[in-house]
Amino acid sequence: MKAAKFKYIRPSSLDEAINLLSDFGEEARILAGGQSLLPTLNMRLSQPKVLIDINRLDELQGISHEGKHIRIGALTRHVDIAESDLITENIPLISEAIEYVAHVAVRNRGTFGGSVALADPAAEMPACTLALQGTLVVEGPNGRRQIRADDFFHDLYETARAPEEILVEVQLPIRRSGESFAFMELSRRKGDYAMAGLACKATFQDNRFLSVRLVYFGTELKPTLGENVMSQLEGREWSETLAEKVIASLEDDLDPVDNLQGSAAMKLHLQKVLTKRTLAEVVQRLGNV
Amino acid sequence: MAYDFLDIKLIVNGEQVSARVPARMHLVDFLRMELELTGSHLGCEHGICGACSVRVDGVVVRGCLVLAAQCDGSDVLTIEGLSESKEVVDLQNTFVERNAMQCGFCTPGMLMTAAELLAKNDKMARNEIREFMSGNFCRCTGYHAIIDAIEITMEARREEERS
Repeated sequence: MKAAKFKYIRPSSLDEAINLLSDFGEEARILAGGQSLLPTLNMRLSQPKVLIDINRLDELQGISHEGKHIRIGALTRHVDIAESDLITENIPLISEAIEYVAHVAVRNRGTFGGSVALADPAAEMPACTLALQGTLVVEGPNGRRQIRADDFFHDLYETARAPEEILVEVQLPIRRSGESFAFMELSRRKGDYAMAGLACKATFQDNRFLSVRLVYFGTELKPTLGENVMSQLEGREWSETLAEKVIASLEDDLDPVDNLQGSAAMKLHLQKVLTKRTLAEVVQRLGNV
Repeated sequence: MAYDFLDIKLIVNGEQVSARVPARMHLVDFLRMELELTGSHLGCEHGICGACSVRVDGVVVRGCLVLAAQCDGSDVLTIEGLSESKEVVDLQNTFVERNAMQCGFCTPGMLMTAAELLAKNDKMARNEIREFMSGNFCRCTGYHAIIDAIEITMEARREEERS
């Protein structure tokens, strides 16, 4: 289908973009990579009056090393993340997960910030941002503010970003020694929406998890921490039996939704399978850290 | 000011083009309806099928997920320009030899995507080629012949480099 009519404007600075967003309010939508927005417009699931195209705002570009974190400008395209040595060396979870993000033509265009700001429940980058305890920097008429990933994802496509704010960058902490990561996802076709997925960050000592962070996506309304499972793993002697026991309690953490990718019962089953595989993988990797 | 129509200037297949386009018109409608370049096809029109794949500023994109207005100042290459450039003439010949198409609807998109893969000049395993091509649907061939054609072309190019 064709998109309904809208107006188009391409601001030449971030200030101008924020002013436009304040002026048009809820009638406007930010156009970044457009790889999720344009499908919804073409299918008329959404009919904004104005698109504010931020693609030429160079200040939102780039990946850089800043102190203890890596700064990813909101407009950084998925292809640039996949090819970045800074990311490969410092944020291995993102390097592993980026391979699952859509297909080559979409990765050439889609942006990291767009994915995180949209907060699609099946998307990889919001889940990784939450697993890594990243910080989101948004700017609005009252200036910049930082939001912790733990406080950012509220509900289905709902985040802590106010309507008149633009996500300008995401800061992800650099991997520390002793930390290990694993990422797994199931989909019908490589690059399609996840049926179930899991991002994990952990530290391990003397055969025990000192800390473990499990973020589930594709099954809930937002990227979701498996808090029960996490708290039962931490500090206990690791074994396959412990894993089996702990995984049973995933039912207390997750409440999967039925959708085109599968039924709730199947999704819960898949997340249990992924949890088992992911924990085994991360333990094995920790042995090699 | 936000606009209903925009004046754009861009390069399409090496030629300078100027036009006034509606804000909501995507790139493939512009190419097909305004420039009569009908090689880029519209299948799903929401970014799933890959039939609309075109090259914008050097990289393959979904032509239905880019607005014509966004391409002001861009360099666009369609299957017509790619064919004329002879960049993938070997791949096109191998597509014919291997019968890598039946109805041909997906073929321009397949060639645009495969052109990016071949340009990387990496040694790729068959499953990696499959993954790279996974964003392009074909409803006729069952994919094997397409992957064969790409694999054979890739190998032939490497062979030629070695000799």
